[in-house]
Amino acid sequence: MTERHTIVRVQDVHRVFNLGKHQVEALKGVTLEIKAGEYISIMGPSGSGKTTLFNAIGGLDKPTSGKVFIDEVDIAQLDAFELAWLRNRKIGYIFQTFNLIQVMTALENVTLPMIFGGMNNDEATQRGVALLKLVGLDKRFNHKPQELSGGQQQRVAIARSLANDPAIILADEPTGNLDLATGEEIIELLKRMSRERNVTIITATHDYKMLAVSDRVIWIVDGRIDKIEDREQLNIQVGEIVSR
Amino acid sequence: MRQHETGNSTDQAIRKIVVLPLRIALEISVKSLRVRFFRNMLTVMTLVLAVAFFTFVLVSSDLARGLWNSGDPALAQTLEKAGFDLPAPGESLASTAKERWLVALSLLVCMVGIINAQLMAVTERFREIGTMKCLGALDSFVLRLFLIEAGLQGLAGSLAGSLLGLLIAMALAMLRFGLAAAAQASPAALGLDVLAGIGVGLALSLIGVFYPALVAARMQPVEAMRAE
Repeated sequence: MTERHTIVRVQDVHRVFNLGKHQVEALKGVTLEIKAGEYISIMGPSGSGKTTLFNAIGGLDKPTSGKVFIDEVDIAQLDAFELAWLRNRKIGYIFQTFNLIQVMTALENVTLPMIFGGMNNDEATQRGVALLKLVGLDKRFNHKPQELSGGQQQRVAIARSLANDPAIILADEPTGNLDLATGEEIIELLKRMSRERNVTIITATHDYKMLAVSDRVIWIVDGRIDKIEDREQLNIQVGEIVSR
Repeated sequence: MRQHETGNSTDQAIRKIVVLPLRIALEISVKSLRVRFFRNMLTVMTLVLAVAFFTFVLVSSDLARGLWNSGDPALAQTLEKAGFDLPAPGESLASTAKERWLVALSLLVCMVGIINAQLMAVTERFREIGTMKCLGALDSFVLRLFLIEAGLQGLAGSLAGSLLGLLIAMALAMLRFGLAAAAQASPAALGLDVLAGIGVGLALSLIGVFYPALVAARMQPVEAMRAE
């Protein structure tokens, strides 16, 4: 395999939430590196800080201290415009609750990031149709999100995340609201995207189905990295879980 | 490979654009308005009523002024009977302080109503706003979408309200003073009244949405999406 560069670098990130009188430290100093093209799962129980870490990596939330580098650029240094550009072009987001824009059709949801990115309407429509076909939604371009099943909505969200050919896809519990079979389909689709398009995929999840496709798994417990495992180590781990 | 491209600074400058063309913004706004038709009708109705009252008062006093300026003593008498405080002959009929107070208060109430309605409407859409920001929308995109929506609502509401106010004022004046009321009125003054109504309505609508939209636009995406 060719030399891969580091696409995400997280350096001693802390995040403290002020909840009235109490202060909750969701992240207590997380440091990690992710290489381009990797499929990473951030695993951990609810409340362990994985979503907080995920938001910090995606530039959706500012860490209290510490730095996040995307392509060696410290995202805390970006102005509003550059940050919007980063979210538009570099990163694609997928959420547990799909977060499609309800008033728009599937196709319009997919083309919106392209329009923000300055693409003209015809080109965007063409690309949007191609992306929806890619995720297996050939005949549902003009359906609104309410008219689609959960799995179909998540497919639209995946197509949308790919809109501007991002380098990174961040998926927060992408299978959390889906049944087992649909969840598996979505995981398979994500894996295919990472293979075919060489996109770095980072998921925050507690879905064990995700383990089988991940290159590395980062276990977060109580705001700290508990362990980072490669796939080889993982198979043993999964075996243990199954045999238990 | 993509990473090498972005390393080039001139290339970066060209590619680093995030835009929301006005036509698309308009399209999105109209769509949002259509989807939430009944909620929007409520907001618009507040505006219609306030603007109708505003225009009604303006037009009524213009009509009375027209009658007074005609110099016809019979008409002056009916005016007095209708409760107008008539000035000395030769002086013009001014609007009373009470009238001005009523108008100002009605506009104030309407403003509070509209801010309230828009605050609800914006809060309801936090998730949508957060999502848009994740897709690369700038704060200004969000602000623009809401201002366009409020502008369209304001235009529709104040146009309807203004015409409604004009019609009611005319009908009422003709009932009380006969056809002379319409005959003596200056069309230019009435036209100005309608325009003033539209202007005030539009301003109310835009001012009402500005604060909620600004709050929403400045939120961090996660905050916006966490809010339910």
